[in-house]
Amino acid sequence: MSKSQKMNKNEEQLFAVTGQFETPDDIMHAAEKAACRYRKFDVHTPYPVHGMDGAMGLGESPIGWVTILVGSTCMLLMLGFISWISLIDYPIVWAGKPYFNLPGYIPILFEITILTGAVTTVLVLFLIVSGFPRNNHPLHDTPYMQRVSDDRFGLCIEAADENFNEAEARALLEEMGAKDIAPIYFNPVEADAGLRLSNPIFMVFLAGVVVVVSGASYFALNRMLELPPFNWMNVQDKTVPQTLHTVFADGRSMQKPVEGTVPRGYLPEDNYKEDPDAMAKYFANPLPASQEVFELGREKYESRCSACHGFYGEGDSRLQGQYPAPPTLHSKKVVDEWNDARIYHVITYGQNIMPAYAKQLTKDERWAVVHYIRALQRSLNPKESDLQ
Amino acid sequence: MSTASHTMVYEKKALPAKVATTGWALLILGLLLGVAAFMMDALRMQFVSIILFTFLAGIGITALFMVSIEYLAGAVWSTPIRRVFEMMSSIVLFLPLFALPVVLSMGNVFEWMSPKAATDQVLINKAPYLNQPFFLVRLAVILGIWILFYVLFTKNSRKQDETRDQSLTARNIKLSAIFIPVMGLSITALSIDFLMSLEPHWFSTIFGVNFFMGSLVAALSFITIAVILLNENGYLGKGIVRDHYYSLGFAMFAGCVFWTYTAFSQGMLIWYANMPEETPWYLHRWEDGWNVITISLLVVHFIVPLFALIQRKNKTNPARMIFMSCWLIFAHMFDLYWIVMPVHSHVAKIHGPSIGLAELAAALIAIGFIVVLFQQQTKNKNLVPVGDPKLQRGLAFRL
Ligand code: HEC
Repeated sequence: MSKSQKMNKNEEQLFAVTGQFETPDDIMHAAEKAACRYRKFDVHTPYPVHGMDGAMGLGESPIGWVTILVGSTCMLLMLGFISWISLIDYPIVWAGKPYFNLPGYIPILFEITILTGAVTTVLVLFLIVSGFPRNNHPLHDTPYMQRVSDDRFGLCIEAADENFNEAEARALLEEMGAKDIAPIYFNPVEADAGLRLSNPIFMVFLAGVVVVVSGASYFALNRMLELPPFNWMNVQDKTVPQTLHTVFADGRSMQKPVEGTVPRGYLPEDNYKEDPDAMAKYFANPLPASQEVFELGREKYESRCSACHGFYGEGDSRLQGQYPAPPTLHSKKVVDEWNDARIYHVITYGQNIMPAYAKQLTKDERWAVVHYIRALQRSLNPKESDLQ
Repeated sequence: MSTASHTMVYEKKALPAKVATTGWALLILGLLLGVAAFMMDALRMQFVSIILFTFLAGIGITALFMVSIEYLAGAVWSTPIRRVFEMMSSIVLFLPLFALPVVLSMGNVFEWMSPKAATDQVLINKAPYLNQPFFLVRLAVILGIWILFYVLFTKNSRKQDETRDQSLTARNIKLSAIFIPVMGLSITALSIDFLMSLEPHWFSTIFGVNFFMGSLVAALSFITIAVILLNENGYLGKGIVRDHYYSLGFAMFAGCVFWTYTAFSQGMLIWYANMPEETPWYLHRWEDGWNVITISLLVVHFIVPLFALIQRKNKTNPARMIFMSCWLIFAHMFDLYWIVMPVHSHVAKIHGPSIGLAELAAALIAIGFIVVLFQQQTKNKNLVPVGDPKLQRGLAFRL
């Protein structure tokens, strides 16, 4: 332990000679004088002292070029990207504007210039100027640094300067009236041990951080917290139209109707207006002859038909000759020759002077009326079984 | 910071006689040309007199704004050159004079005064605000307020030269706090009255800000020219350095960028929304060859100053700063031309942009007047606020 310490001690090198000043004016003059002789020197002040660049003889910082070059390059790249999207990849008319909508792009280009310019400026300062990720500096943890970050103004003449000579630098500082003049040593082994960007360990570490952070985020957000956000029940486990479906062999969610059938309510009735025989041929009464259907048929018949056809369908109109009386519904034609669909056709489209009742009666009501007429007919000509 | 090296040695010197001669020559030439232009084309001269008035009004009031913002923000860099700002803002004293030609020709230039307005439903609805008596009342109130504040600010500032009384600074700070919102509202109202109401169907809420920024840049340009010429010839004592020029250039740069920001947002939003009550204003500045003027305005008022003023070496170079100041003065006149003259073309049934003697006359009058006024102002005033408590810090200002 003690041996290695001793060894390190021996290898220590002079980094700089430092001196401290009391007022910003003093440090200004000191910097001006130091600038006459040295190039590698620095000034440390507790707060920014305006005019210091001039006093130190620093030229204009080149960092502005980084900002403007990166900013304008990214602006042009962005312009190319937006143009590619809106002219080539997915041309779409937005708000009636031309595809190449330059005024609309300008806010985006402006933002991207500022963002990339600013971020790159900071990164470049970090990486190049501050030598990030180097995390040590010979001035760290020195009494000099403690003082100049508090209430004094420090001048630090670095040994790396070609005109440097320890005794001379001390003499200059003394001549300028510096206080606490002190040399600062550093250990090059230790300094080099500090992390550098080119250090493979650091690069692997960075890559590891990227993998771990993105992996953990992915796992946390997509695996652990698999809670779909509330989506107003837009997503449900049901079959929706126009999608794939695994249950059916053809993979469609929407199945074709069985060959040769028509779904209920989808009969193309409108095509039969001029052709009652065809309707009679293709249609059948879909309703069962049940109590409710007869009740519905009676109600509709009595309110809609009985005024002309009479309560029992015998053509005994109550209109007292104001309207031509209709024929009886008990004729051989209607009873025996016409099927239900043929009567349905009369109700739906009318016949000669009888008006159509499609508007007043629904399809089911019409079929129910047909059932009721059949019942009326049978009541005049009952079967043996009906009388029991 | 240092008390020794930055102490100002100020000694009042009279400006050379040639300043007054040049000023008067420009002014008189301008007036003669103005009369000639009026004889040849009265309507054009009437419209150009709006440009002249708004140009001077904007410069006067924004120069006073610079004075007040310095007090309010506690800025030090501008303290040694504040007298120049104050002298520039003395323009407001003469504004009633320049408003007179506009007031006399109101009926010819403002559509809301024309007989057609009586049958136009939009203008009937706007009539409670846009009518001649109320217009004149507003004008009188606005100019009155500006003159009042000018007198108060400069009286305190000049008194301080003798008394060195620091409480005068405190008084001007309080005054600034009142002045700034009042100025914001009044310059907006003035720009609406004189510029926006030229096309009374149209409206834009950012218009006042845009006019304010354009005027501020022009005022800073005049101030910069004056400061550089005075300082380089030793009229401002010793102590004003290139860091001060830099700050003026920096303010001009910021003004230009903000002017563009407001002008662009106004244009882009109207273009995007594409509403029939908003777009005609831009169509009048795009059709019939006006698009050339519109694009040139963008280049003159934004692109060139952006690249010229972004560089530190230009902002600290006296010759280049003077060049850029002249450029920006032109840019502001060009901006006002762009706002006013399409209406003239429309009324006079001229197709496309045109330029006449009147515009030249207005430019000569404006510049000649400012030179003469400035020369008069320097006669019996210190060019540096020698009694200001912030003066030393202002001289020590470094970047
Ligand atoms: C305005 C009076 C009137 C009403 C109400 C009326 N009909 Fe008719 N109906 C007639 C007339 C008139 C005829 C004969 C038309 C002709 O000349 O072919 C007729 C014919 C018929 C026929 C054909 C008879 C045949 O022998 O050709 C049937 C079936 C029929 N009606 C059923 C009904 C039904 C069911 C209703 C109630 C929904 C109804 N009618 C309502 C007046 C009416």
